[in-house]
Amino acid sequence: MTDQPTPAPKQPPPAPVPPSDGRARLLAALRRPGSRGQAAAAVLLAILGFAAVTQVKANGKDDQYVGARQGDLVQYINNLSLASQRTEAEIARLQQTRDALRSDTRSRRTALERARQQADTLGILAGTVPVVGSGVRVTVTDEKGGVGSNQLLEGLEELRDAGAEAIELNNRVRVVAQTSLKDVDGGVMVDGTVLRAPYVIEAIGSPHDLATALDFKGGFIDEVQRADVDGTVQVQESDKVEISTVVEPAAPQYAQPGATG
Amino acid sequence: MIAAVGLLIGVLLGLILQPEVPIWLEPYLPIAVVAALDAVFGALRAFLDGIFDDKVFVVSFVSNVLIAAVIVYLGDKLGVGGQLSTGVIVVLGIRIFSNVAAIRRHIFHA
Repeated sequence: MTDQPTPAPKQPPPAPVPPSDGRARLLAALRRPGSRGQAAAAVLLAILGFAAVTQVKANGKDDQYVGARQGDLVQYINNLSLASQRTEAEIARLQQTRDALRSDTRSRRTALERARQQADTLGILAGTVPVVGSGVRVTVTDEKGGVGSNQLLEGLEELRDAGAEAIELNNRVRVVAQTSLKDVDGGVMVDGTVLRAPYVIEAIGSPHDLATALDFKGGFIDEVQRADVDGTVQVQESDKVEISTVVEPAAPQYAQPGATG
Repeated sequence: MIAAVGLLIGVLLGLILQPEVPIWLEPYLPIAVVAALDAVFGALRAFLDGIFDDKVFVVSFVSNVLIAAVIVYLGDKLGVGGQLSTGVIVVLGIRIFSNVAAIRRHIFHA
């Protein structure tokens, strides 16, 4: 109001009859392209529109902290540092949990590993798993039928004495703790399987020890090649003896684990 | 006509360019916009009254913006920036309202 106190009313030069009514004048100005005054107004209005839109945009972006008082800002910072403290405590707690879980997993894995090794060892001893390793292959030929369970049993015992870890007969029977031998007509029955000559004893252990254990005076070889038995023995040391037959582990019916010591 | 086109061009420019407000201008821009609005409404009213003068309009526009900026600056320096800004907005708002009332009487005869 006070900005436009032009004392002398302006004479509109182009219009022949100046419209007396305000509305008519506005409509006339809108219809005409415009005068110098309108051009100036256009420039200023353009500036205003530009500034207003810019301000609206800037305001809409992020005005939470713009113009906030110092106390508010301090409050914001306090809140943020509290939140970050809480978060750090949470992180530490979770890391602890993670470490605990990790060590738990590791010890469980170790236990599993140990159990697996033990199962392997016991499996080899009990004859429930196929094994391979260095050892000897002992072939006993028996033309006269003189070789029986006595001789074979002696051979097996010599081999065990020498530290044989796994023994197999004729690629058909795994010799384990419960193995029994029995003479039958024309052969030997081992664990219900009838074996006939030639007998092949495969044993895994130190090849030299095993071979030596069989060949001493009054030992297995002497026993087989005695005149009344009259068999022949051929001992072959090998780096790779394969024992593929296994026995089914029988669940003990009477024996139960007792307290040790 | 040209005035309306100028306003439209300004708005479109602002929308298209999307300029960043410089940090030193940030406190002054809102008040300056409101002051400029006051000048524009005053000019529109003068036009409807038949006493519009482009020179007066330009001077009042620029001086309004400058005074608004100076008041905000002074208020910031004195530590009453927020309150002074509010005061300026209130005064300009009252002026805009009375100007718009006069404009309304001209256009709607009511």
